[in-house]
Amino acid sequence: MRILRNLSFWIAVGVVVLIIAYGATGGAIRRETWFTVLLFVGLASSLNILLGYTGYVSFGHIVFFGFGGYIGFWAIDTLGMNLWLAALLGGLVSALLALGLGLAILRLRGAYFALATIGILEAMKALVINIPALGGPNGMELNFSVYRGYGGAATALWMVYWSVAAIALIVVITSYIVKKSKFGLGLMAIREDEDAAEIMGVVAPRAKTWAYVISAFFPGILGVLFFFKQGIIEPGSAFRLQLSIEMLVMVMLGGSGTVLGPILGAGAYQILRGTLLTSDLELLGMKVKDIQLAVAGVLLLIIVLFIPVGAIGWLRTRSATLRRILE
Amino acid sequence: MILEVKNVSKVFGGLTAVNDVTFDLPEGQILGLIGPNGAGKTTLFNCLNGVYPLTRGTVTFRGQVLSGLPTYKVADLGIARTHQIVRPLNELTVRENVMVGACFGRENHKLGEAEEIANEVMEFVGLAARADMLAGSLNVAQKKRLEMARALAARPYLLLLDEVLAGLNVTEVSQMLNTIRAIRDQGVTIIMIEHIMHAVMNVSDRIIVLNYGTLIAEGSPVEVQANQEVIEAYLGDPDLAARLLEEERG
Amino acid sequence: MIDQLLASVTDGMLVGVVYGLAAMGLTLIFGVMNVINLAHGPIMALGMFTVYLAYTSLGLNPFLGLLLAAGLGLILGVIIYWGAVHRVIDAPHLSSLLSTFSVNMIIIGIGTAIFSTSFRNVDYSLGIVTIGPITVPGTRFTSALLALGITGLLYLFLYRTRPGKYVRAVSDNRTSAGLMGIASNRVLALSFGLGTMLAALAGGLIAMALPFTILSGGSYELKSFVIVVLGGLGNPIGALLGGVILGLIEGLVPVFTKITWVPVIEFVLFVLILLVRPQGLFGAKQ
Repeated sequence: MRILRNLSFWIAVGVVVLIIAYGATGGAIRRETWFTVLLFVGLASSLNILLGYTGYVSFGHIVFFGFGGYIGFWAIDTLGMNLWLAALLGGLVSALLALGLGLAILRLRGAYFALATIGILEAMKALVINIPALGGPNGMELNFSVYRGYGGAATALWMVYWSVAAIALIVVITSYIVKKSKFGLGLMAIREDEDAAEIMGVVAPRAKTWAYVISAFFPGILGVLFFFKQGIIEPGSAFRLQLSIEMLVMVMLGGSGTVLGPILGAGAYQILRGTLLTSDLELLGMKVKDIQLAVAGVLLLIIVLFIPVGAIGWLRTRSATLRRILE
Repeated sequence: MILEVKNVSKVFGGLTAVNDVTFDLPEGQILGLIGPNGAGKTTLFNCLNGVYPLTRGTVTFRGQVLSGLPTYKVADLGIARTHQIVRPLNELTVRENVMVGACFGRENHKLGEAEEIANEVMEFVGLAARADMLAGSLNVAQKKRLEMARALAARPYLLLLDEVLAGLNVTEVSQMLNTIRAIRDQGVTIIMIEHIMHAVMNVSDRIIVLNYGTLIAEGSPVEVQANQEVIEAYLGDPDLAARLLEEERG
Repeated sequence: MIDQLLASVTDGMLVGVVYGLAAMGLTLIFGVMNVINLAHGPIMALGMFTVYLAYTSLGLNPFLGLLLAAGLGLILGVIIYWGAVHRVIDAPHLSSLLSTFSVNMIIIGIGTAIFSTSFRNVDYSLGIVTIGPITVPGTRFTSALLALGITGLLYLFLYRTRPGKYVRAVSDNRTSAGLMGIASNRVLALSFGLGTMLAALAGGLIAMALPFTILSGGSYELKSFVIVVLGGLGNPIGALLGGVILGLIEGLVPVFTKITWVPVIEFVLFVLILLVRPQGLFGAKQ
């Protein structure tokens, strides 16, 4: 494999491994924090394949996390399916959903595509509320005895940590391979100028759809793992537009279209939020932790206005060496 | 015949941009496509490679009817083109731009092979020194050459060149003409849209002339230059007419 | 059954006109500068709170409170334009989506800290209006009339006044408008302000009819998206008609099936229209 000789590959993998190791070596509280980071590393890196490489702004990407999560959860709850099988099932149904949707909505460009993805997220949420088999508006709850099959709740939590960590690592490796592949070159050509890319022979409809499918597959798996850990799933938490936009923010923060960007973006965003939420500082007479959303908004605004390429994107413009080792 | 264009028309709303154009192109020739501004030359290119669906008529390329095929299919069959208004993939490097042509064009190369082809082609058009720069940072003349390089990297049977000489200085024009001849000598058939008359007359095997979307003349450069209708058509465009007449005298 | 249908249709149309007013704000901004304002919902919520606070603290008649809401919406819009939109107006779509979303976060963040997320309502009544067999609350009837009136004023402004004509010129072609000496940045700021003013006004009108929280704007923002797509992105009159259609769906669907199917129908319709008729139901074919 040619990519194994690239320093930039090992840097990306190394960062994820460091996050995994740090999260695993400090007890349950630290694990929970870094579990969330790893979850978002997986989600943001998946989104990046569509958003960063292909240039399609999916505002409702969390729909694949929620949909996969729902189907997997349902399979565990009512069919008694094994978690691993259910996770794979969640990934596959999300990928399938993306395949069907992609053929239709990837014809739309720019703002129209972004709006359509919001519509799909909201339609899916409203639909699930109307399906009694999926628990309707109240969702579903796992019977506690399910965790016994995985060595009890405490062991199950560690198990989910390691599996989310593994998926995050796989997503990052996939993301790297895609970026360095002929497929990825086609995607980036589409991002820069779709019509020109097609004139050069890039089969854009096919390439975009595959990018969409890959970027939906992993969130589907992560959804099953996440909601299995929660033990409860309901429409509001599975299809949250807010979360979808946070994924976008993480990608932007680190650098859209780079492999490292979404990893650092996810980490920085979660750390920032944790810091703000526990901060005792006051600003204009208001406690920072009460207005953490507003503070995060100001920071996002500053980044969008002044460093639109994100942290890694910016570093890559600084020197040829950085460009080579930070992918 | 590598290309047969039969009764091709393109109508936008009420405007007929290309009107019942018919011509054939034998393999290995350079065909000059000239005509005043707005004559429908670029529109004709867009009809040939599938950017626009045809209103009427057929285009047959190497025995296959192209009508209705998407642009990427046309590229796959072996037609490559450059754009009059350059369209570099700005955030990709020059090498990556050229590799897109090699990877997805007619020969569908793997990444590694595409890189070798890209290096060759960049050498050929004189962009080798800028291979690792972002395409967006090139100047216009370099971007024109990049357009050319991307098209060549596809190793097309037919190359459509849309004003690749515009904006180049005298030396650059003669370099580019040599490049175009060299491409033809490799067996590639070429159609070139051009406004620089001496250049197009010099390099073309045959010329066709469009005016208001209609094909008004066809023949060798000498025949076309003598054609009364062509001269009248250009009189609507005083600049070009003057130049054309001057060239004839000189 | 007939009576119930008639009541639902009336109700739906009255609410729909107000939805349409909000959506008009969104579509105006999109039409002029190709920006989808993701701070639309929070600005509607600010309109609601302006009317509410003017009424409860200052004892101001809610319809006068609307004037305050309009002024605030206009000023806020101009500030948002210069602070968050101006720099990214020619950048890729994602930039303006995220910059206006960051404004959304700022407003919601501060708003939640000040107002919490508990429900408020403007306890103000104009009695009951009876038209034939139908009775509707007076405030709702007046709100709908006002929304129509504001739409009329907007059109007078856009077609009869100089700044209005500038807005249309810039919307048509920013570069050539600039070449003809129109200070397009100021016109853009004004357009953004007009868009947010309409959002704040619609919020104020909704506050008179329904209970709300600082987060309520979010769901109305989604409704505005649906309406804007129904009517065609960038088409203000289309937005008004789209609003009426949405209002009718909300009024009529519950007569036949469970109310929870309303959003399913709305959003499926929304996606279908984007796919089949991206120019909207009333737009000319491209």
